Amino acid sequence: MANKTAMPGKQSGKVISGLNKLRRSPLIILVHLSVLLLVILWTFPTAGLLISSFRDKEQLAISGWWTALASSEQNLITRTAPPNQQQLIDGVYLLEGTIEDIEKTDGILRFGWTSREPEAYQAGTTAEMGNDGTLMVDSSGNYQMTSVDPFTGSRGKRIFYTALTPPAFSLDNYIEVLGSEGIGQSFLNSLTVTIPATIIPILIAAYAAYALSWMKLPGRSLLIAMVVGLLVVPLQMSLIPLLQLYNVIGNFFGVSAKTYLGIWLAHTGFGLPLAIYLLRNYISGLPKEIIESARVDGATDFDIFMKIILPLSFPALASFAIFQFLWVWNDLLVATVFLGNGESELVLTGRLRELLGSRGGNWEILTASAFISIAVPLTVFFTLQRYLVRGLLTGSVK
Amino acid sequence: MTGVTLKNIKKSYGKTDVLFGIDLQIELGEFVVFVGPSGCGKSTLLRMIAGLEDITDGELYIEDVLVNDIPSAMRGIAMVFQTYALYPHMTVYDNMAFAMRIAKENKAKIDERVNAAADMLQLKPYLDRLPKALSGGQRQRVAIGRAIVRNPKVFLFDEPLSNLDAALRVQTRIEIANLKETLKDTTMIYVTHDQVEAMTLADRIVVLAAGKIEQVGTPLELYTKPANLFVAKFIGSPAMNIFKADVVKTGGNTCIKTKNGHQFDIPVKSLAGLNNQEISVGVRPEDFYLSDQESCLLSGEVAFVESLGEVTLLHLAYHEKENPVVVKIPGIVNKHKGDIVYLQAEQDKVHLFDPQGISLLYL
Repeated sequence: MANKTAMPGKQSGKVISGLNKLRRSPLIILVHLSVLLLVILWTFPTAGLLISSFRDKEQLAISGWWTALASSEQNLITRTAPPNQQQLIDGVYLLEGTIEDIEKTDGILRFGWTSREPEAYQAGTTAEMGNDGTLMVDSSGNYQMTSVDPFTGSRGKRIFYTALTPPAFSLDNYIEVLGSEGIGQSFLNSLTVTIPATIIPILIAAYAAYALSWMKLPGRSLLIAMVVGLLVVPLQMSLIPLLQLYNVIGNFFGVSAKTYLGIWLAHTGFGLPLAIYLLRNYISGLPKEIIESARVDGATDFDIFMKIILPLSFPALASFAIFQFLWVWNDLLVATVFLGNGESELVLTGRLRELLGSRGGNWEILTASAFISIAVPLTVFFTLQRYLVRGLLTGSVK
Repeated sequence: MTGVTLKNIKKSYGKTDVLFGIDLQIELGEFVVFVGPSGCGKSTLLRMIAGLEDITDGELYIEDVLVNDIPSAMRGIAMVFQTYALYPHMTVYDNMAFAMRIAKENKAKIDERVNAAADMLQLKPYLDRLPKALSGGQRQRVAIGRAIVRNPKVFLFDEPLSNLDAALRVQTRIEIANLKETLKDTTMIYVTHDQVEAMTLADRIVVLAAGKIEQVGTPLELYTKPANLFVAKFIGSPAMNIFKADVVKTGGNTCIKTKNGHQFDIPVKSLAGLNNQEISVGVRPEDFYLSDQESCLLSGEVAFVESLGEVTLLHLAYHEKENPVVVKIPGIVNKHKGDIVYLQAEQDKVHLFDPQGISLLYL
């Protein structure tokens, strides 16, 4: 409509049609707003987690991640030079020098000489201590402490000061959790569990889905109904009987109770109903003519499966792979039951739970660990989502 | 040796019978078209020959070999589907080479055959494309090419043109006709509901209705000598006019009297049993010509005129209201709504059908 009118009209035409669109669909606006809300709800905490995990642990302990880019005030303690460096000037003993570590801060704001009032004096002023002593600290960290009596003892006197520290980001937290906290090993353990536990059910389910869609066998619909029925069996209910069964069979073959094989099989079992259901729905929706045509061309069922069905089912395979990968990666329950607690077996979720208990106050460790654990699912999703394209069948029929 | 032989072929789905004993012999290298209204079983019959449907009863021979229980891949057939059924993830070349690769033919031979087929169908420039980058006509050519590469004994087409637009349909029909000339030794079976395709392509047409064969014959046989009312009405466009008439005299010549009182002599002698009975008379629209009151078969008032330039179609309100008579007269005719016209036809262009709808003239 807008194309037919001349240039000036074109603009207004566009605006009008835009307005019409708005007026026509308040629902669309609602949908967009809800999507926006959901996106914010999900990305905000994730961003916070990411930023926190890179922050310095001292700063992290006292301020929120949203202040990460601003300098923060930090209460610190230092000591003066030891008494043996005191000088006697005009009958007053003097200790002077510069606060160590001052170059790491943006200057000193306030100071104090007792732990009861660590921020009592502004930088640059002189504080009266007891016994006619004084303490002066300026904002660049130079201090002078005087006393009528000589300073005694082997250590310097304490100075409490509040300094402005610049934002600090580093990979230290990651290095720490990956190494000394054992997240690195658990990460590998989780991968060892997850990758086979994703691939095995896909392979089995794809075969099953093909057979249940395109091969004539007696009781096919009953089988499908059973598979769908299995979707409702809660995992928690079947967990212990399954473990017992596995142990009995494992004993017979001399396989110990908690092994990777066990957890692969468990995840496969729990994932199969959904996998078969999803894939069957997709595969049975492929055009019948393609399969018949392949059959006329001399392809066996196996040929058809490998050369026609699998390539065409990539979107379904990818979406199930994402599902299964996320579910297995984030799983704690099945791993707790079917896998041991040793260093070489503890999965990431288990390790996070342990850290939460033992290092619950150390935000730098928790945030970094958490981010490591969500990084993999994110990568998997972003790599596979490009296969979730529509229109894979274009050009085949019609 | 015959191409394909069907002996009393039956098909039923559960208790529903779809085909009631089809007997047919198709010669080697013959182009046979199955035609009929939708639901008549023509596609089912083709799919049974292809091996995609089980044969409930009867025997099917391809080049004198009983193939009832031989899987489709071993029957030496190739099929072109209505929806092309190309493999969407493979290039044109791979689509055409698929069958030979499955059969583990050597590369050079595959290459040679695919290229030959691509040449024949002008697909050479598109060999590297995916089906989605092709137009509808090109896709259907790829489907045909895929069938050619297999070098089949029997070529099966399942309504290959019905997904194409009108212009492409004509063009592809010509290509199929050329293919028929090129592959002289290959038996071809073609299913369609479009009688124009059937008439133009077929060596012989098999008209099917409700799971039975109504008539088998060359296109012109079906047109000039329909064996029953169904074939008479099905072949030809606009359809043949059918109207009731009474037999008033038998022996010597037969004389019939139409419902508006005109009498007409036909040189047929053996209709004695039908004296004074009501029968159906059929005349094709193009076989009528304008006449006068003294010598005519039918008369009626013009209800509607379609002037197409090369022909004029007159729709007459005959007294069987639900069954208007259509007349096709070459050129431009100066008749208007409300005019009374008198129609006559040559004796050998008039078809007679008994009350059961069987032709009284041609069997």
